[in-house]
Amino acid sequence: MTTPLIELRGVRQTYGGFTALDRLHLSLPDTAATLAIAGESGSGKTTLARIMLGFIKPSEGQVLYRGRDIATMSRTERFAFGREVQPIFQDPFNVFNPFYRVDHVLTTPLRKFGLASSADEARTKIEDALRRVGLRPQDTLGRFPHELSGGQRQRIMVARAVLLRPRLIVADEPVSMVDASLRATILDEIRDLNRDLGIAFVYITHDLTTAFQLCDDIVVLYQGRVAEAGAVEHVIGAPQHPYSQLLVSSIPLPDLSRRWGDDDLQADPAQAARQSHGCRFAPRCPRVLDRCWGTDPAMTRPEAHRLLACHLDTSPAMQERDVSGVFSGPVRRAANQQGVSP
Amino acid sequence: MDTVLRVENLVVQYDTASGPARAVDSVSFTLRQGERLGLIGESGSGKTTMGTALMRLTRAPGRIVGGRVMLGDTDIMALSQRDLRAVRLRDIAMIPQGAMSSLNPVLRIRVQIEDAIHAHEGRLPKAEMAARIAALLTRVGLDPVVADRFPHELSGGMKQRTVMAIATALSPKVIVADEPTSALDVVVQRQVMQTLGRLQSGLGAAVVLIGHDMGLIAQFADTVGVMYAGRLVEIGPVAQMIAAPRHPYTRLLIDSLPGIDAKRRLTGIPGLPPRLTDMPPGCAFAPRCPLASAACTASVPALQSIGDGQVACHLYPGLTALPPLTAKAAP
Repeated sequence: MTTPLIELRGVRQTYGGFTALDRLHLSLPDTAATLAIAGESGSGKTTLARIMLGFIKPSEGQVLYRGRDIATMSRTERFAFGREVQPIFQDPFNVFNPFYRVDHVLTTPLRKFGLASSADEARTKIEDALRRVGLRPQDTLGRFPHELSGGQRQRIMVARAVLLRPRLIVADEPVSMVDASLRATILDEIRDLNRDLGIAFVYITHDLTTAFQLCDDIVVLYQGRVAEAGAVEHVIGAPQHPYSQLLVSSIPLPDLSRRWGDDDLQADPAQAARQSHGCRFAPRCPRVLDRCWGTDPAMTRPEAHRLLACHLDTSPAMQERDVSGVFSGPVRRAANQQGVSP
Repeated sequence: MDTVLRVENLVVQYDTASGPARAVDSVSFTLRQGERLGLIGESGSGKTTMGTALMRLTRAPGRIVGGRVMLGDTDIMALSQRDLRAVRLRDIAMIPQGAMSSLNPVLRIRVQIEDAIHAHEGRLPKAEMAARIAALLTRVGLDPVVADRFPHELSGGMKQRTVMAIATALSPKVIVADEPTSALDVVVQRQVMQTLGRLQSGLGAAVVLIGHDMGLIAQFADTVGVMYAGRLVEIGPVAQMIAAPRHPYTRLLIDSLPGIDAKRRLTGIPGLPPRLTDMPPGCAFAPRCPLASAACTASVPALQSIGDGQVACHLYPGLTALPPLTAKAAP
C-alpha cells in the first residue's frame, strides 16, 4: 500500500460551541484521484476544503499530506505543500486585485516559487497554462479583471493553479457563479487536467450531477458528518442513505419521465432541530427508527467502495479509521479499461 | 383558455456609454390562465430585464422603448403611475431575484405582509388581518408564528416562502418569479418550487418562471421560452422543447447539462454571447452555431410557427428536425 496523497484522521472542527465537522476519516490514494464533497449549506464542506488546504488547523485530529502531518511540517515541507496543493475558489472576482492587470495573479506565484528562470520562460509557461484552459493569451494578458467575464476570470484561476504543477487542486464550488453552458466547458477542462497531467482534485459542490460526471468518488456530508461515501456509481447511482436518496431525488433533471414526486418533504432543514446526539438526519428522515434518536449510527462498509452511517444498514460496524481503499476511483477506472473487475 | 397576459414586440433598451443596448428586442408571447411559462437564458440574455418590464419596473439606464404588455384588456404601458400601483401585486406580482434580500431587515414579517394588503385594501380589523396573514403563511408551508419573526431569524428557504406569501397576498392573475431558488440547496429548491406550484394551481394564476437551469424549468413549466441576446429564439411545449428542440442553441443548452445515468464528456457551448452594444449581423447566435450558413449573417430570423411551437432560425421551414449537433470550436 502506497502512502495516501492526503489523509484525514479523526478530524473535528468546532467554532465556539458549534461542531462544523466531526469524526472525519478520509484517505485519498496518490493516483490522480477525483473526489467530490457534497452536502447542503452548513454541512461542513467548505470547512473540510479549508482544512485540506491547510488554511485552518482542525480542533482535533490530523491531516497528513503524503504521510506528513501538515501541522508539524518544516518550513521547506510547508512551502512545497503550498505549491503542490492549490485552491480554486467559488467567486473568481474576489480573488483579483482590481488595480492590477490579470497577469499579476499569474506571474506572482511563478516568482514566489521560483518556477521560471527568465521572463521569457515565465511568459511561455503562462501562455501554455492559459491555452490549456481554453483562453487566448493575446486576449487575456494585459487586461484588468473587470474587462473579463466571470467565466474568463475563473479560467484564469484554473490556469494559475495549473501553472504551479500541483499534485492536488481543491476547488470549492468553482462553477456555481458561471452559466450552465460555460459550466460544462470549465469542468471538462478541469477533468482534462486530471487525465492529462495527473492532477488529483477535490471538488466541493452541492450539485450532484457535475459531481457524478467529474469525480470517481464522493463524500456526502450531513451536519458535519459523513452520511455516505464511496464510488459515485454507488452513492449517486444507487444511494442507500435516506439523505443521499433525498438529494438524488431532488436533482432537477431535464427529463419529464423523472418528475419530482409531489410527496410532502420533511421539514425545511433549518426548521428541523439540530440533533446533539443520535443520527443528525433523524428529524428529516422518512425512514427514521426509534434507535436513530438515541444512538449514533456506526460506520459500516456494506461494499468495498461504499461507507454508510445509517441504522438501516445491518452490516457489521467497521473501524472508522480503516478507510483505505474506499476511494480508489483511478484504480477501478484502469481495471475497467482492461476489462477486469476491480 | 383565456389569455391573461399578452406581450407584443416589447423592446427594452439600456443607454450605455458605448451606445444603446437592446436587452429585450421585439419579444412577443402570450400566457393563458393557469399556464406555467419557463423563460430560460444565460446571464445577459435579457430574461430579468424582461421580467421587470412586465411589471413596468424598468429603471434607468433601462427604458421600455416599444411594445405593449396587455394584462387582460389593460395595457400596462399606458397606465398612470397611480393605476399602475393598483395593478401591481393585485393583478401581477413579482417574486424578485434574490428575494431573500428584498425583505426589510428591521421589520417583522407580519408588518411586511400587512403593508402589502394595506396598500391595496386599506385597514382591516386586527383579527381579520391576523387570520389572513396566518392563512397566507400556512399556504406557503410556514408556521404562522413566523409572522412575529425578523428576516434574519429565518433560513433562506423560509425567506423565499415569505416573499411568495407576500407576492400572492392579493391572489394575482400573473406571478413573475425571477430565479426564485438561485441561492438555495437542492432539497430546499425542490420544496420551494413545489410550494410555488401548489400556490399557482390553488390560485389558478399564470406563472412566468425565469431561470438558467433547464432541469428546473423542465420540472416546473408547461411551456418553455428560450432567450438569447435579448430575443426569444424558441418557444414551445416543454415535452417538445426537451425531446426535440428546434433551435440549435436550445439543443446545445440541453446537451450542456450533465445527467446521472452515464458518464460522458461534458460539452459546453464554445464562445460567448455577443455584446449587446456590438451585435453581429443577422442571427445573434450565428457566430457560435454549428449549422450557420450565409443566410444567418444576412438577416435576423423572425419567429415562425412550426408544429405547436415557434422558432426564430433560418433552418426553418426547410428542416423538420435538427440533425445531431457537435458544438463548433470557439470562434
